[in-house]
Amino acid sequence: MNFDDTPQEAAFRAEARAWIQANAPRHLEPELSEPSVGRIKLRSGDILTESKKWQKKKAEAGWACLHWPKEYGGRGASPIERVIWQQEEGVFIKLESVFLIGQGMCGPTMMAYAGEDDKKKYLPKLASGENIWCQLFSEPAAGSDVAGLRTRAERKGDDWIINGQKVWTTGAHFSDYGIVITRTDPAQPKHKGLTMFFLDMKSPGVVVKPIKQANGQAEFNEVYFTDVKIPDSQRLGKVNDGWNVSLTTLMNERMSIGARIVTGVPEMFDFCSKLMLEDGLAIDDKNVRSKLASWAVKASGLKYTSYRSISALSRGERPGPENSIGKLVSGSMLQDIAMFALDLQGAAGVLNDADAVAGAGQFQSMLLRSPATRVEGGTDEILRNIIAERVLGLPGDIRVDKDVPFNAIPTKGR
Amino acid sequence: MNFEFSDDQKQLRDQARRYLAEHSPSKAVRSVLEGKAPYDKALWKGLAEMGFLGVAIPEEFGGAGAGHLELCVIAEEIGRVLAPVPFASTIYLATEAIMLAGSDEQKAKWLPKIASGEAIGTLALFEGAGNPSPKGINVSVSQGAVSGTKKPVPDGAIADFAIVVARTGSTGRETDIGLFIVDLNGAGVTRKSLANIDQAHGQAEITFDKAKAEPLGAANEGWSILTRVLDRAAVLMAFEQVGGADRALEMGRDYALDRIAFGRQIGSFQAVKHLLADMYVSATLARSNCYYGAWALSTDAAELPEAAAGARISATQAFQHCAKNNNQVHGGMGFTWEFDCHLYYRRANALALALGSLSYWENQLIDRMRLRNAG
Repeated sequence: MNFDDTPQEAAFRAEARAWIQANAPRHLEPELSEPSVGRIKLRSGDILTESKKWQKKKAEAGWACLHWPKEYGGRGASPIERVIWQQEEGVFIKLESVFLIGQGMCGPTMMAYAGEDDKKKYLPKLASGENIWCQLFSEPAAGSDVAGLRTRAERKGDDWIINGQKVWTTGAHFSDYGIVITRTDPAQPKHKGLTMFFLDMKSPGVVVKPIKQANGQAEFNEVYFTDVKIPDSQRLGKVNDGWNVSLTTLMNERMSIGARIVTGVPEMFDFCSKLMLEDGLAIDDKNVRSKLASWAVKASGLKYTSYRSISALSRGERPGPENSIGKLVSGSMLQDIAMFALDLQGAAGVLNDADAVAGAGQFQSMLLRSPATRVEGGTDEILRNIIAERVLGLPGDIRVDKDVPFNAIPTKGR
Repeated sequence: MNFEFSDDQKQLRDQARRYLAEHSPSKAVRSVLEGKAPYDKALWKGLAEMGFLGVAIPEEFGGAGAGHLELCVIAEEIGRVLAPVPFASTIYLATEAIMLAGSDEQKAKWLPKIASGEAIGTLALFEGAGNPSPKGINVSVSQGAVSGTKKPVPDGAIADFAIVVARTGSTGRETDIGLFIVDLNGAGVTRKSLANIDQAHGQAEITFDKAKAEPLGAANEGWSILTRVLDRAAVLMAFEQVGGADRALEMGRDYALDRIAFGRQIGSFQAVKHLLADMYVSATLARSNCYYGAWALSTDAAELPEAAAGARISATQAFQHCAKNNNQVHGGMGFTWEFDCHLYYRRANALALALGSLSYWENQLIDRMRLRNAG
């Protein structure tokens, strides 16, 4: 039970720290240190440009995509070294958020299923941030039930023709490439007729439309495919085996542990330490203290749970489905904290003008963004199912469409 | 980083789990709960023989000289089976107080007896309703004799000695509070058992009438020693709570797999699955906070006060959450005397109050976090 690095880990940490000290974009540090819920915006520059600059610098010095093999632009580092790097990178890790889906999910999927030439062609540019990738999974009628998707891919000689629509595609509007899951055999049950491809987002017939979200920002997109033609060489995995390919993608999502969980607790603690209520400081109020304490132990519980995962990583184990608790706990906590922070401000809590409101409006923006946190990458309900089924061993939900040909499944209720 | 118990400690856990499964079945818990015995004497003796009572006591005082991480491991297992023995009062409270503040003579007198199971100890702190506060201490000491009434005193009816928190002056400040060792079998001590929600652990009222009191630690440092004892006990008891929470979760899970309704295992209904998933989440968060507390306790880190409060709150919430929802998963059966659900429900709610209530620890945590943020 200790927080100490092994000698090798300590050496790696020292090397990483020295390099970050000497090379990180220090001028961005104050802005990156501000709490950010949802998409990061920089006042002093464009987040995309700054992110690409930092990623390129890291790639040139051998610090990009640490756990990837060297031949694809990585460093061949151990999972624990990757965690150490994340700890040392500190606030600059936020500059990685635009690459997260590509490097964290598309890259590993390409590594597992693309041809060797394609891996050499695409992966190093993904690692260096030159190219950004997105993941085209969700559809209007296929969210949590993602295998219910309807985007079609039809074989035509050596090519495939894709038609349909995706939605909630994060970053599609600035992505160069994407991995897309399609239906290739509607006569088979829903999980069995899917096929995965990768494609150039600038292919003719691809139209990206940003979705204006409830909080006014636009991180996600609708993506339309009209007779988009791609060669069979861009298929990932076997025909009709796309569901298994997608599981590789989703499993890799879980490997991004710990360092990125935002709970809102430090911000709330700071806020309550300064906010004057009618009877004195908010933090001296019994009700406020009780809520703060409950949130604080959830946040620390998540932090030390991630330390336990790191310990498992350092023993060579993979983090399991128990890591689903991070988003499950922090998502609704963010929402509760935001609501309570507004409540403490009374009528003024309604104000969203950063100059006119206590806490510079951060809790107002947290309030409006947090519903998405509870849905994106798996809803609270899906995460609870994962814990119940894969950790506790409870039976899976009954799926009445499981063995029915996809084209025989009813599409509307009565 | 290694945020996990060592292989040796895990082996100790397996050993303790096996031993307690055999020697502390729920039948034994019920026997004490139903008033057939004040505590399980055979189990207490067995725990001593296994070396579990003295696991953190130095070898020179008759213990195993292992350490607090090992004690955390044992505490979790004690909590899993709801062992009906005065473990918390003797080991977390009395022993920790003596190890922290006792003179060599006091250590030599009491610690070997504790390790061998000959002496049961407790902490006499509370005086009726209310949380720990120097202002709440009216029991007083003058000329080496203690007078006044303490309640509830955990295991007070069966304990051989108590660490009594008493007033030594009249200013009402912390420095007016001292700790004293009192022989409960001596003159001037009257005890009365009090009924409580978890009768598997007794509670008593003890009245002192000029009973002989031996100072423990410096006269004006009683309150600061007490705070340190409570912090250490909070970590240890949190492990006990996590052990109980885990067991309650397992019971709920097993029943959900076993029980059929509407033609299906009830564990296949989302409402039940999600109830159990949330129990898992609270138990996991508590366990992780406990590991941090164990690290702080075993290294005597400056972070201990904050870590202890965090572990205490988290584990209290988790055990209460898991115990009450275990009852819920069991439906009507969960409310029968026959099923063990109520044993966990009782213990969860009793332990939640044992070292001061949740709100007391919430206050402690916020004060300590503020101190850190200011520092």
